[in-house]
Amino acid sequence: MAQVTLIEALTMAMAHEMAKDPSVVVLGEDVGVNGGVFRATVGLSDKFGPLRVLDTPLDETTIAGIAVGMAAQGMKPIAEAQFDGFVYPMVDHIVCHAARFRTRTRGRLTCPLVLRVPWGGGIRAPEHHSEANESTFTNVPGLRVVMPSSPSRAYGLLLAAIRDPDPVIFFEPKRIYRQYKEEVADDGEALPLDVCFVLRDGSDVTLVTWGAQVKEALEAADALAKDGISAEVIDVATLKPLDFDTIHESVKKTGRCVIVHEAPRTAGFGAEVAARLAEHAMYDLVAPVERVTGYDTHIPLFRLEMKYLPSVERIVAAAKRTLAAS
Amino acid sequence: MSIAASFEIEYLQYLDADGKLVRNDLPEFARDTRQLVELYKTMSFVRVFDGKAVALQRTGKLGTYASCLGHEAAHVAIGSAMHIDDVFAPMYREYGAQFVRGVKPREVLMYWGGDERGNDFSGPAHDFPWCVPIATQCLHAAGAAMAFKIRKEPRVAVSVVGDGGSSKADFYSAINMAGAQTLPYVSVIVNNQWAISVPRSAQTGAKTLAQKGIAAGLECLQVDGNDLIAMRTAMDYAIKRARHGHGGMVIEAVTYRLSDHTTADDARRYRPDAEVKSAWEREPLKRLRNYLVAQNAWSDKHEETWKAECEKIVDVEVNAYLETKVQPVEAMFDYVYAELPADLQEQRAQVLELEQARKH
Ligand SMILES: Cc1ncc(C[n+]2csc(CCOP(=O)(O)OP(=O)(O)O)c2C)c(N)n1
Ligand SMILES: [Mg+2]
Repeated sequence: MAQVTLIEALTMAMAHEMAKDPSVVVLGEDVGVNGGVFRATVGLSDKFGPLRVLDTPLDETTIAGIAVGMAAQGMKPIAEAQFDGFVYPMVDHIVCHAARFRTRTRGRLTCPLVLRVPWGGGIRAPEHHSEANESTFTNVPGLRVVMPSSPSRAYGLLLAAIRDPDPVIFFEPKRIYRQYKEEVADDGEALPLDVCFVLRDGSDVTLVTWGAQVKEALEAADALAKDGISAEVIDVATLKPLDFDTIHESVKKTGRCVIVHEAPRTAGFGAEVAARLAEHAMYDLVAPVERVTGYDTHIPLFRLEMKYLPSVERIVAAAKRTLAAS
Repeated sequence: MSIAASFEIEYLQYLDADGKLVRNDLPEFARDTRQLVELYKTMSFVRVFDGKAVALQRTGKLGTYASCLGHEAAHVAIGSAMHIDDVFAPMYREYGAQFVRGVKPREVLMYWGGDERGNDFSGPAHDFPWCVPIATQCLHAAGAAMAFKIRKEPRVAVSVVGDGGSSKADFYSAINMAGAQTLPYVSVIVNNQWAISVPRSAQTGAKTLAQKGIAAGLECLQVDGNDLIAMRTAMDYAIKRARHGHGGMVIEAVTYRLSDHTTADDARRYRPDAEVKSAWEREPLKRLRNYLVAQNAWSDKHEETWKAECEKIVDVEVNAYLETKVQPVEAMFDYVYAELPADLQEQRAQVLELEQARKH
């Protein structure tokens, strides 16, 4: 078994599936010889050649539109958006076509593509390189929206995304691309695309999060433990479709919930989790649901960005408020 | 069959790589060597600044920075040909054009140094800020040109896009609109042969990038982008035409990106050293310097004095940047709306409270 980072696990998953399935192709800007600006596709061009690892012209409309066309005709494209801030020209093709071919044609045409999107802030990047825009896609029927938070989940979820018969938006928390290594077997074992992962058991409060904030949530749980507070940590992993049952089971036990996400607060995906709790868990809750999120502002350039991102400190304070409330 | 349409793309060059004149119809401005010297001085100032910015990034004092090494002639020509009332829509490395328009080096550093105030620069207040989402600026420039046309103002909008960016839908849409509406819009494609790791040849099957304008009904020209005289001549022509209501133009400036794409890139991974070496032989400063020296308008002594002067000016700018205090945390709320909605005031208060608690 190899010790790999999250990004290396992604490369491993793509290489695995490309070797197994000739219909899998990678396309995007700089994905070929350069191996991607983050190095996610490094080595793939050498292994699979320039047609299956396609450096496209610099046009996101091209990347998304071509991927839709290929997917509808029996290929399994893995399209790369170079950064989160550059997916917007792709939205037309993803929303109006990829997400709808199946339903529009009553199942005659489908669109099994994966759109990989390096996601989120905290890497001192220039403007438009730090967006947490998962909600742009979670409101779209027909899409799956996935975000791994560890090397092994990255490997298993990306394999599942490639094999899935429907379009998957695969967000990659770039802040933790190389945070740590983990043993990941290149065994082709996919993970399910409709479950949340309970990363830590607890009994007093449930911390619900995804992507890069899993790191802060786990650290907050450690900090809370020092104060005798037992926090359960859930990595949502697949935002859409949502495995609300896992979250609900946890809240039945803890009675308290803090939702943590990097995206702006209003209509962020945390609002969906909170709404489900209001609908289904009202009588399980002993304290109001808390959200620790980005603010309803644009993420500042890097001199101030860490003040914008949810911190361990803010999560701990929110968790303590839920305990103080009951 | 008969011919429905045909076209040719002209190529403009005055100075060859060694600085020898290859044409004898030197335009008016270039006959005045004092003016050429000023332009040369700006170009070499840009280069000193650029080197300093890269050094700042390498020592952790600046974020990712996009160098303009090798683009100085194209950029300075664009900036100096424009009227101050014209609107400039840059991409992200046209410092040469922007310095001419009044943007301060410290503001460039603030932008790449993670401070929004860099975008609130000292250049014309109507100029667009740096534009990272590739080619989107082209449409904004076309929109500005549309506004000028509606209001009957004798102003011109100029955008810059890269060879890579000229593949993007926005680039095509902008020139198409300019053609459809005869807009006072000049679209400059700075073709530096690379879009990060993707070579020019992978962007399009078209022989020139200039000819993309033909399909939009615009006049097109390919220019030696390392030749200040040719670039300035082309820009003067395009801007004058546009200002007089004759419509838009596409200018392809053929140059070379002598640096990595940005400081986050390592070009050795994808392009041969030999190519870069040969590009250095065609770089823009050397040829103009040779020409000016041959005209007895410049000398080694001048060069030395001016370089020292540039270093001094750049040091002042760098220090001003380094001494700029980080904005207070609540600054992130300041310009989201004209007036902060009540809903956001609460979040702002939370941020301030948190900041206070941190200090204690
Ligand atoms: C819409 C969009 N997609 C991708 C990027 C990432 N990116 C930044 S610069 C660049 C290459 C640009 O090449 P070119 O247009 O030739 O301009 P150059 O940088 O060479 O001057 C890419 C792909 C971006 N900034 N915006
Ligand atoms: Mg380029």
